[in-house]
Amino acid sequence: MTITGKAASVEFRNVTKAFGTVVAVKDLTFTIEAGELITFLGPSGCGKTTTLRMIAGLELASAGQILIGNTDVTTLPATDRDVAMVFQSYALFPHMTVIENVGYGLTVSGVAKAATREKALDGLHLVGLDGFEERMPSELSGGQQQRVAVARALVLEPQVLLFDEPLSNLDAKLRRHMREEIRDLQRKLGLTAVYVTHDQSEALAVSDRIVVMRNAAIAQVGTPHDLYERPIDAFVADFIGDANMVEAEVVRVEGAEAVLRIGGIETRRPHRGAKPGPAHVAIRPEAIHLLEGSANGGLEGSVLKAVYLGSHLEYTVECGLGELFVIDHNLDSPVPQGATVAIRFTERGVNLVRDAG
Amino acid sequence: MIPKFNRPVVLWLAVGWAGFAVLPWYAIDDGLWSFAWLDGYIADADHAPALFAALVADRPWLLTIGLFLLAPLAILTRPKNDPLYAGVLLAAGGLGLTYVLAQGFTVGLGGWRWEFLESAFGSLDVRQFGMGYGALLVSAAFLFLLSQGIAAKGAVNGDVFVVGSIALIIALVAAFIFFPVSRILISAVQDNEGAFAPGSFLDKLVSRDLWGLACVTANVNCGIAWNSLVLAIMVGVGTAGLGLAFALAVTRTAIRAKRMLRILTILPIITPPFVIGLAIILLFGRSGALSVFLEGTFGIEPSRWIYGFTGVWVAQMLAFTPIAFLVLIGVVEGVSPAMEEAAQTLRASRWQTFVTVSLPLIRPGLANAFLLGFIESLADFGNPMVLGGDFEVLSTSTFYAIVGAQNDQGRAAVLAIVLLAFTLTAFYAQRRWLGRKSYTTVTGKGDSGVHPTLPRQVTWMVYAAVVPWAALTFVIYAMIMFGGFVKLWGYDHSFTLAHYIDAFGIAWGEHGIVWAGAAWNSFSTTILVSAVSTVPTAIIGLLTAYLLVRQRFHGQDAFEFGTMLSFAIPGTVIGISYILAFNVPPIELTGTGAILVICFVFRNMPVGVRAGIAAMSQIDRSLDESSLTLGANSFTTLRRVVLPLLRPAIVAAIVFSFVRAMTAISAVIFLVSARYDMATSYIIGRVENGDYGLAIAYSSVLILVMVLVIVAVQAAVGQRKLGRRGTLKATGRPALEVGIP
Repeated sequence: MTITGKAASVEFRNVTKAFGTVVAVKDLTFTIEAGELITFLGPSGCGKTTTLRMIAGLELASAGQILIGNTDVTTLPATDRDVAMVFQSYALFPHMTVIENVGYGLTVSGVAKAATREKALDGLHLVGLDGFEERMPSELSGGQQQRVAVARALVLEPQVLLFDEPLSNLDAKLRRHMREEIRDLQRKLGLTAVYVTHDQSEALAVSDRIVVMRNAAIAQVGTPHDLYERPIDAFVADFIGDANMVEAEVVRVEGAEAVLRIGGIETRRPHRGAKPGPAHVAIRPEAIHLLEGSANGGLEGSVLKAVYLGSHLEYTVECGLGELFVIDHNLDSPVPQGATVAIRFTERGVNLVRDAG
Repeated sequence: MIPKFNRPVVLWLAVGWAGFAVLPWYAIDDGLWSFAWLDGYIADADHAPALFAALVADRPWLLTIGLFLLAPLAILTRPKNDPLYAGVLLAAGGLGLTYVLAQGFTVGLGGWRWEFLESAFGSLDVRQFGMGYGALLVSAAFLFLLSQGIAAKGAVNGDVFVVGSIALIIALVAAFIFFPVSRILISAVQDNEGAFAPGSFLDKLVSRDLWGLACVTANVNCGIAWNSLVLAIMVGVGTAGLGLAFALAVTRTAIRAKRMLRILTILPIITPPFVIGLAIILLFGRSGALSVFLEGTFGIEPSRWIYGFTGVWVAQMLAFTPIAFLVLIGVVEGVSPAMEEAAQTLRASRWQTFVTVSLPLIRPGLANAFLLGFIESLADFGNPMVLGGDFEVLSTSTFYAIVGAQNDQGRAAVLAIVLLAFTLTAFYAQRRWLGRKSYTTVTGKGDSGVHPTLPRQVTWMVYAAVVPWAALTFVIYAMIMFGGFVKLWGYDHSFTLAHYIDAFGIAWGEHGIVWAGAAWNSFSTTILVSAVSTVPTAIIGLLTAYLLVRQRFHGQDAFEFGTMLSFAIPGTVIGISYILAFNVPPIELTGTGAILVICFVFRNMPVGVRAGIAAMSQIDRSLDESSLTLGANSFTTLRRVVLPLLRPAIVAAIVFSFVRAMTAISAVIFLVSARYDMATSYIIGRVENGDYGLAIAYSSVLILVMVLVIVAVQAAVGQRKLGRRGTLKATGRPALEVGIP
């Protein structure tokens, strides 16, 4: 294998990007370590694609500094940056064969013909497209076009590899398969990769860390585990996985923990700066347990809907906190619709969060 | 990542020094290709480089230029993001360019150009001729040093190629459009003696002559402005509709004679406009073939009905429908079949698909076609001259205002301003109508699918439009081809080759071949000038289109306005303005072949721009971006990704600029000289002498030559294959014609 990674870190220092009066990205600061796959996740218009394009050099920052591999590249255009990008539309050149597409970056960098071809063939081998080199892009399936786009970016051995919603044009099975392939390649070659998506399960599956963005700014950065287990606010809690947002009360703060009262149930969770008084709490659907029968002074509710989904059951429960969405993986003792249930929470699925604002 | 030496700066500095210290500063009398200046190179002030002219020949002001060329040496090794780098380049380039221009305009043929300078500094005995090689290279060097400074400041993402391209085009447009046009607009507020006379300007602007509406109520002519406007709208609508019909017929019907249809639609383009007018007279005039036939058969009295609005309209429709066709065929083919297939799978009938999907996708092309027809009609000069009769339009009135007995430069300028207002309004309206919708249909995913055939209703409409029109065109061309072999049209219809021998006779003399025919001189000049002008036209046009479609920069709207402006200026005005502007230093060009080439390049540049814009806006932007992130710079991206996908537009631009150059008349008639005569002006001269036989014979030869050129270019460039439409041929299924003739 002649293709290796030359992974470098990426650093944003107070980067702002404005298009006229519209601020697409506001005062962004973060660091991507070398060899890391980081995902920018957020609803459309949150600034994640603009951030990616600023790493690529397709947009230049209006203010702030961008460093790749500790070199200031703020004013460098795309051509002069050592990054490669896989586009949502793949952007394969329709007038070139597969091998010409894959070798393009090398050709324009002045690499000798024989070496270009050899490396391009390696790249195609890497993505499992041996024997396709003389095809035209229009003669390939969507998944194959995607692989060509990845190979084209890989053969340049970029310091940073960028993915702009690369899987959005593929069907679900293929998407799952491709995201694993991308992750494997990234690990094998030790690449720094930046991935943009609006699909949270894709983000959770491929990322070392995830940057959740909202309204041109970062909402939270963390590992998939961090974000899921400890969402900082209602927006993140709701965007990654499902969450029931309920009102609660902080009774008192004891050391690192707060004593919470949620609908009559008392529990202890990290206080995260909360003061005694009313608070917002996000409860994961699988952290809620239902026991058929009366609650005896605890939290009680009635099952409005019960849906069987093969791998699990989904309930909608009406209770004093409002409607709760519940996922239950215990298929042995289903609760029938209309039943009265006692509600319990697993502590780790309950989080004090800031208001989404 | 940081280069040790800034190669572009080194290169342009070298160019600048070559222009300053090696090549002669002033223009050489014998033209750009002459090397007579080697004689008395340094000693003769008129032949010396600026450096020596300054030191030896009493032109000290030229020495200052050297200072601006020295300054950039200081920053050769500095990185681009050093503020000093940008600052020095901005100052040296900007001030240098300004200084070169200022000295050119200040010191002319008779010393100081302005009296106040003479009174301030005393009289100056030294004169300056027009600028030559040296000045050209130095100016170019300053321009590109300046643009590198601007790029280093971060403009357009710091892209040196893009900033340089913008600067180049702005400089060219300023020098060859704005500068000459401003000269003629100044004369709008001057009387013939050059004195300031705003009152007569207003009188002329609101005159009844221009705006009268008497024709609505009485049987007299309306104002010239109304004439032009109504004609242009009728021609724009007509040509767009017919052009669409032809484009649909060729690409989406089972019609057999596609090849012939294509040729028929090309023929009018390769015909000097007044030739169509002539043929119409030969056909419908009082002694025309059809009129004589009608009189003999039905006893219908021949009349002069063809002279006036109807004749001009028919002639312009014949002349400009092919332009609309060329625009629309690219768009019709560019519509992704996937969209139409999607509509069909969404249960749309063929008719619904056509009306709701195909037609809206073609709409930008229709707007372009209308705009082209509208402006072409306003600017057309040949047909109204031949067929107009009492029906006056702005372009002919402008011409007569200057060359006729009136000789009223002010009136000509006012007419030009009105004309300009119309065309600019059309331009603005078209932009508003198109809005900001994206019609990208060639994506990076590869294009697949096949265009559906047209609904039956549309097919019949297309046939109903195309077939009679094709027949009329065919008859017109039969007249043109036949006319050259007839002794005297209308009187003696016996066969003769005399006209061809007169024009293109070849004899064997003592020293080999003697080009005895009267047309050889103008013919060879025409071919040479037209061929030379195509390449810069295509390059500048497509480069401009690339900048407009693919780049975003401050002042882009003004940039677009400027580059499209030459299209909105009628040839007559351009011709006169060139004579006014380029007859005296600092740019002396009249009487040369170069002025013809330059005139063609800037007259025809919008054709390349339009073709490029239409084609490029159908190519997904992510293709460029992916090339950039793969390490290609913007120039490489343009060359390797955009241009190959633009082949049809390139062919259109080259063919069209060649053909327009060969057939142009309005501007050319002012710019030809004894040494550089053009075919069209020669033919017009013959027509004025009543020598129809030779005129028609010469025209038919021109047409044949252009046919050969088009066929050759198309064969050389080939057709584009982007998807299954191209590969269909291999599988033996009926293939759709692809590519632009």
